[in-house]
Amino acid sequence: MSAAFLILLMAFIWAAITGNFSGLNLVFGGLVGGVAVMILRASLRQRGELARLRHIAALTGLFLYELMASAIRVALVVMRPDITAGLRPAVVAVPLSVKSDAEIALLANLITLTPGTLSVDVSEDRSLLYVHALTLASPEALIAEIAGGFEARVREVFQ
Amino acid sequence: MIADLALYLGGVLLVAGAAFSLLAAIGVVRLPDLYTRLHAASKAGAVGGGLVLLAVALVSQDAAVSIRAVIGVLFLIMTTPVSAHLLARAAYIAGYPFWSNTVQNDLEVEPNKIPPHQ
Repeated sequence: MSAAFLILLMAFIWAAITGNFSGLNLVFGGLVGGVAVMILRASLRQRGELARLRHIAALTGLFLYELMASAIRVALVVMRPDITAGLRPAVVAVPLSVKSDAEIALLANLITLTPGTLSVDVSEDRSLLYVHALTLASPEALIAEIAGGFEARVREVFQ
Repeated sequence: MIADLALYLGGVLLVAGAAFSLLAAIGVVRLPDLYTRLHAASKAGAVGGGLVLLAVALVSQDAAVSIRAVIGVLFLIMTTPVSAHLLARAAYIAGYPFWSNTVQNDLEVEPNKIPPHQ
């Protein structure tokens, strides 16, 4: 993502948040965006953006679907009269194939907002993600679900 | 016509969002330990708040308000999992116990876990 595009995007978001699309406010938003991009320039690496947009769209679609499914599942668990009978909480160590900070952070956030799982911690060597499951079927199934679902998509986006 | 449709859809979203928020609150009260409660607070809470904000975007009929509401949904979705993760991690490091019926706890058996009480 080029710096100019980022600054334009931030100027627009700034104008949207402040609810004022006047020229002066857009310029101010651009200035704030420029400072932010300068501070963060080390972590903004250049990549082929357009090729990734499709992967990002696929990931967003999957995420929104999983988020709704997740909220409905939690709602069903909460409404059970005998709440503890339906629970099988567990902490499972899920091996990570993604390595960079950004990938692990994105994956951990996605896991937290999807059905029955909550990321608790990452091991020191970044090889394991500790995931808290609300209703564990089997640890193998949980690991396979994460590896084949979000982890694969996250890797596509960052390639 | 479109405006009416937006109003009705907004009303439906508002009720759905309120229902999810209520269920999230009930979950926080009824679930047995902090880790399971976070499931209710993070998922149902984020969806509930997000749906209410989307309803605001539809009902307001004002572009400036709508855009801010949609951006609010994005911020909610980006920040909720971070706070849930930090709460869970802080609780674990502080030594808060897991519910006694927790069926598996890899944090206790893995050799390279982060030690509690550090």
